[in-house]
Amino acid sequence: MTPTYNYIPQDQFQSLIDQLKTMGYRCVGPQVRDGAIVYHTLHDCSQLPKSVSEHQSPGHYEIEITNSQRYFSWANGPQAIKPYVFAPKEILWRARQINGQLQFQDLTPDPEPVAIIGVRACDIAALYIQDKHFLQEEKKDPYYLARRQQLFLVAVNCTHPAETCFCASTADGPRATYGYDIVLSELDDGFLVHGLSDKGLELIEKLPTSPADEAHIQAADAEISQAAQRQTRGLPSCNMKEALFDNLEHEQWEEIAKRCLACGNCTSVCPTCFCHAEDDIPVLDGGSSEYFRQWDSCFTQGHSYIHGMTIRATTAQRFRQWLTHKLGSWHDQYGRSGCVGCGRCITWCPVGIDITEEVKAICGENSSA
Amino acid sequence: MHNPYLPHEAKIIERIQESPSLFTLRMKFTNPEIQASFSFEPGQFNMLYLHGVGEVPISIVSDPKDDHILDHTIRSVGRVTNGVAKLKEGDCLGVRGPFGRGWPLVKAEQKDVVVVTGGLGCAPVVSVINYMMRRRERFGAMNIVQGVKHSSDFIWKERYDQWRQAPDTNVLLAADAGESLWPWHVGPVTGLFNDLKFDKDRVIVMMCGPEGMMRVVIQYMLEEGVRDSDIWLSMERDMHCGVGHCGHCMFGDKFVCRDGPVFCYEEVKRLFGMKGF
Repeated sequence: MTPTYNYIPQDQFQSLIDQLKTMGYRCVGPQVRDGAIVYHTLHDCSQLPKSVSEHQSPGHYEIEITNSQRYFSWANGPQAIKPYVFAPKEILWRARQINGQLQFQDLTPDPEPVAIIGVRACDIAALYIQDKHFLQEEKKDPYYLARRQQLFLVAVNCTHPAETCFCASTADGPRATYGYDIVLSELDDGFLVHGLSDKGLELIEKLPTSPADEAHIQAADAEISQAAQRQTRGLPSCNMKEALFDNLEHEQWEEIAKRCLACGNCTSVCPTCFCHAEDDIPVLDGGSSEYFRQWDSCFTQGHSYIHGMTIRATTAQRFRQWLTHKLGSWHDQYGRSGCVGCGRCITWCPVGIDITEEVKAICGENSSA
Repeated sequence: MHNPYLPHEAKIIERIQESPSLFTLRMKFTNPEIQASFSFEPGQFNMLYLHGVGEVPISIVSDPKDDHILDHTIRSVGRVTNGVAKLKEGDCLGVRGPFGRGWPLVKAEQKDVVVVTGGLGCAPVVSVINYMMRRRERFGAMNIVQGVKHSSDFIWKERYDQWRQAPDTNVLLAADAGESLWPWHVGPVTGLFNDLKFDKDRVIVMMCGPEGMMRVVIQYMLEEGVRDSDIWLSMERDMHCGVGHCGHCMFGDKFVCRDGPVFCYEEVKRLFGMKGF
């Protein structure tokens, strides 16, 4: 069944932001900051990266100004929507010692509703993977859940994949097919809009839209198809889990370790990496301390430390842990690979290590995508 | 909703110094409702929180049917355990748990049992031995094999003497380095294996200790014809959360804190002993 699309002219786009605010949401949208497109609080559509695009390649990201009058003619920057649900650093609880008694105060947040505008299909796929991780039946993470329940997602179908993108090969994009409240397809003079959730449909009713015409729908479909076809990278078609675990002693691991700095950039920008470390920080009042968690990386020395020994002492072992987990054992844990093809680990690797090339070298598949 | 990250206050009722570096804390939750609703299986662990320092995973060694006292036997090896070692009766800790999967005690009923521990790994299996010895009639021939680095590391001598008196129970002790009057075997535990009494088709092997030792035992058992689905082991990895979220304890597709720490060898054999996992 063909979904129903409405059309909203570009000069009415501000009404989307205004209506979301009226519904009680803080709007967050893409903006150019420090030389990259990142999410930030959005008050006005003039803050959006109009006429901005970017060039990405292994180890390289650069903003470019174009003649396009569109808001979303760019590929994802370093930041996914992960920080909005799984906070980079947060306090879990506070402990106080009073008269020899130990009191614990639960600091599960009560977050404000947030609407993220401009979410790409790959990041929605990543969010659903993190949902599976943090919201397992018996051990739900209350901190993640509190933020997750307050999210409103305005997806935008991707028409500008970066050179490093490969969502078509992981079947996670470029079209957003689930998980959003509303989805937009951007055209030169306006947007097609389609609602999925009740909240999304409620929003669309309040927007100055008209029914979309067939020419608009076909034009949008063609752009999304082209975005898939333009992608040159891809993951191998073999069973990567078996291929990786059959090749744990492959010489390529050492070969990668000669280039890999074990800096953890790949895990920081990865929208599905979930590792975090916990730490107790005494407060200067002398009687209480705060229990924090913050993102950790399997590339650090401390990640595998256990009284007196480090299980993964070498960079080769750490890269192998990351890749065999992301593309291999993830299948057993969450029923799919942990990679959504966003390409961030390739762009933001300071030495340009390309996950698609490395996995092919290890699995013995030809490097042409 | 229930927050699995939040500890609850527990008071130390009794502190027992077992050896120069090993001690047992007997504790009770301050909140009677939490104390009453707390239940666990041998092999599971709690996260103990020392105020201002941090948390550490420690096996529960008391009997699940005991008088509502929670025992943890702890060795001072790091920042948190060195601090916990200084606590006295009446002091408080934070406790959350129990976490993980314990020993296959139902599966072991009516079967011969071989329990092998080595190095510092005795505490988690002492609880399971206690459990089985108190219900001795439910199990077949019982073999208790304990290896220590130095004979002076051997604690709970009275318990071993007691177990040796039980019917159809074989207690075998070994020290890598002995001292005068050490009456038992000197050398690795495997040197004692010819004395084991079990039927390879009706046995459950349970192990805890250094992975190198466990590899040697596994190899011996497999050569004897024991199925890998009848071999169980307790693993140790870094743990922060206890609920399979933080990622530190990952072993292939397993979260040791949630899917273990007790595993059937069959589940982990692909990576067991592989450096870097």
